[in-house]
Parts: sequence; C-alpha cells; structure tokens
Amino acid sequence: MNHIATPTSASAPLDQIDFSDPCLLRDDTWHDYFARLRDESPVHYQAESPFGPFWSITRFEDIVAVDSNFKDFSSEPTILIGDISDDLPAEMFIAMDPPKHDVQRKAVQSVVAPKNLAEMEVLIRTRVCDILDGLPVGETFDWVSDVSINLTTQMLATLFDFPFEERHKLTYWSDIAAGTAEMTGGDVDPEERLQGLMDCLETFTRLWHERKANPGDSFDLISLLQRDPNTADMVDRPMEYLGNLMLLIVGGNDTTRNSATGGVLALNLFPEQYDKLRADQSLIPSMVSEIIRWQTPLAHMRRRATRDLEFGGQQIKKDDKVVMWYMSGNRDERAIANPDEFIIDRENPRHHISFGFGVHRCMGNRLAEMQLRILWEEIMRRFKFVEVMGDPVRVNSNFVKGYESLPVRVHPL
Amino acid sequence: MPRITLIEFNGTDHTIEAEVGKSLMLNAIDNQVPGIDADCGGACACGTCHVFVEPAWQEAAGESNPLEGAMLSMRPDQSDVSRLSCQIEVTEAMDGMVVRLPEYQM
Repeated sequence: MNHIATPTSASAPLDQIDFSDPCLLRDDTWHDYFARLRDESPVHYQAESPFGPFWSITRFEDIVAVDSNFKDFSSEPTILIGDISDDLPAEMFIAMDPPKHDVQRKAVQSVVAPKNLAEMEVLIRTRVCDILDGLPVGETFDWVSDVSINLTTQMLATLFDFPFEERHKLTYWSDIAAGTAEMTGGDVDPEERLQGLMDCLETFTRLWHERKANPGDSFDLISLLQRDPNTADMVDRPMEYLGNLMLLIVGGNDTTRNSATGGVLALNLFPEQYDKLRADQSLIPSMVSEIIRWQTPLAHMRRRATRDLEFGGQQIKKDDKVVMWYMSGNRDERAIANPDEFIIDRENPRHHISFGFGVHRCMGNRLAEMQLRILWEEIMRRFKFVEVMGDPVRVNSNFVKGYESLPVRVHPL
Repeated sequence: MPRITLIEFNGTDHTIEAEVGKSLMLNAIDNQVPGIDADCGGACACGTCHVFVEPAWQEAAGESNPLEGAMLSMRPDQSDVSRLSCQIEVTEAMDGMVVRLPEYQM
C-alpha cells in the first residue's frame, strides 16, 4: 500500500499531513493535528491517502449537521474510511439509508431498550462482581484482558444467548471485522478475516436453526430477528445476516471495552478527579458520560455525498467521501468547555458526539452507560485505587480508538 | 405565559410557565422537569426528548417535520402522538397543553 509519511510535527503544511494515518491514534499524537484542522480548515479536503481522497469534518456542530442529514450524506456502501473488498459483501444496517435501515434497526433495537436493560442489570452486576473479585491483588496485571474484554464478551454472549464457554470467539470476530489495512489501516490479514467471518456466519447459522427448532420467549437478538416479520427469513440472506451480526458484535464490544479501559487511564491522568469520585460516588453516572466523551471509542464514521453541495464554504462533489472525526468533535472548544480536561462533574455531560447523531445514533447507548456505571459502582466498593503501572498500548487503527493493554494494580479499600 | 403540564411516566405532574418562542424541551429543562435527556441539545438529532402530546393538543403542537419523523421512527415506543419536544416551539395557543413523558429516553 502506498503510504504518505505523516510529518512528525503538527506544524507542517496541512496538505502534507495524512489525517487517515492510524499512527496518529496509535501514538496518541492526533490532538494537535486535529486542533489545527478545527481552527484552520474545518471542512478539509485531502487529495491523497491510502484510502483515496476524502473530506475531514472536525468541528462538533458540523459533525452534527452531516450526521443528521442522511439525504445528502449517505451511509452506503460503508461507514469506514476504507472501502470494503468484494470478497465478503456483508450488508449491515449501519451502512444503509432509510427506509431499509429503519426496518432492520427496528427489528433489533428493542433488545437494548432501557425496559429490557432493567431486567439485565442484576445479571450484569453479578458478572462484574465475579470479574472484580477474581482480580489478583498485589500484582500487576492487564486491565484490558482481565476486565474490559472479559466483561464485554460476557455481555455479548448474553445478548446473543451464545454458548458461554465459546464466548471468546465473539471477541475474536469483533477484532478482525474492521481490522484490515484496507479498511482502517489495521494489521489484520484479509485472508484471516475472511476465514474468521465465514466461521462466524456458519456458527450463527447453526444457532439460528437450533433456536428456530426450540422457540421460546427469549429476548436474545437472534430470537428477536426470528420473531420480526421483516427479518424472520434473514438466515436465507447470509450476507445480510452476517452484516448485522458483525455490526452488533463490534458495536457491543470494542466500544464499551475501550471506555472501560479509558476510564481507568483518565482517572490516573487526572488524580484530582479520582479524589472527587472517592468523595462523592453519586457522580458515577455523570462520570460515565464524561468517560465516553473523553475516550471516544470510535474515531470516525464515513458518509458519501449524494449530490454536489456546498458545506462549510467548500464544494463537495457527488460521491466524495466525507469523514466525520468524532474524537475531534468531542475536543472542539467551540462546543465543549475545556475539552481536553477530564471533568467528572461537567455541566451537561451527555452533550458529546461519541454515540453519533441522526438515524444511525448508537442503539446500545443506554446499555453501554449501564455497564460502565455498574463497573464503577463495584470498583468503588472494592478498591480505593486502580493504579496505572505503565503506558497503555493503543490500537493501530483510524477507526477503533482503544487499547491493546494497560498494566494496573488494584489497591483494596 | 402559557402554562404547560408535563406528566412523568410514574404519574408525577409538573406544570410550568413556559416561555413563548422557546422549545418545549428547553422550557422543560429550564424548569428542572426530569425525564427529558436532550443529549444533542436541540438539534433534532438524538431522539432523547421524546414526549407524547395529549390528542386534544396535537393541533396546537403541530406536526412533526420529516427529520423529526425519521428520528421518532427509531423509537421502540413511538405512537401517533409522539413528538420531539425540541421541535415544538411554544406558542400562546399551548396554554393548558398536556404532554406525557415516556418510560425511558434512548
């Protein structure tokens, strides 16, 4: 792949900077580069990149405007900066426009409605408690694998009613789904991705038929798809079935996982906020929103212009790629006061862009918030300090903004 | 100032003196009415200021616009009287209006 070397200084001319370079997130050097875009070129055209030419949208208000205008800015054919190869033309509703999008989303979204979540809360809390009680006190361990991945994988297995002992497969499929160089600048081998996702489809096709043979009143996602007339025969459209599985697996995994890690890191970087939390645990819900903003676990979403149009004083042409950089919008001082500060009792903490806006707004937002709230409630019941012991290793991707590992030690109360 | 009553899902009601020309969502937030999240701050982009307008007041509240309709269609609990309160601009004709809040916002 042709690769433009990104200048190591954010003061280089803007047209020499590759804003799609995954190193910017991997090395956590993106802040100054995107601050410059927000200030100097908020609707910015980059003529060359490994993903072809694209527009970068970096200010909060502009992102809201693009995200909620599905007529001018289509989510088809994909919402990643890189195009998908034709090997596996999986179809998912995040990459569909209304009205087809609406039909498919409606079939599954009630599984994460707060009404169902209230019933899941006890189960989630039990699992969180088990995970935290099993942590090794007095030694350094990896928070990402032992807590964040463990927790979100268990949650996913519950949502799909997936065989619990095989749940690690869900994490694997999630990690490979959007991880190739072509898609997001990642390191996943395309052939491995293909094999893995075919295995995912086979496994879930088997589950579909097993569940069909033994229908119950379960509220897992597969049963919900089978019960809705619009999706009852989705198993006969394998690429659509696979697409939706990938969407729900990635959507329920990477995001919460990286916020569960980001919160620990943020509280260590801003120790006065940790003190504030110790003094007043009623701040947890507000802190959860702040963690999700500060972390912004998905860095971008891509749209395609459906016509020639003017936006932010720029001429965007039909079929141009338009990339909304969510992590930049969440650090836009025009919309958020002191955006680089992590402030757990921030005024209006829900006013962030991490869930996206418009018809594609994150379906699992309340589930994510609930999981993180329970995690922190139970952490605070056990530990006076989750201490970061070394630097995090960040994911090499321009899409997943997250962590491979974070060494920590827990200090019991 | 028109008086508008918002009834929480648990039956608790809140009657507010609403400011004309401002959205019902902002009026509710300014009067500390619980049950309206308004994550996007009034851009018709998140769907978390959902209310049910009592049928007698539907005409006064007006019809939802196309973007609002698209957002509302994402709601599992959408009904014929669903509106996003950020898209209802308060008028004098709404004096006495009653709206109900949903069980949850998402």
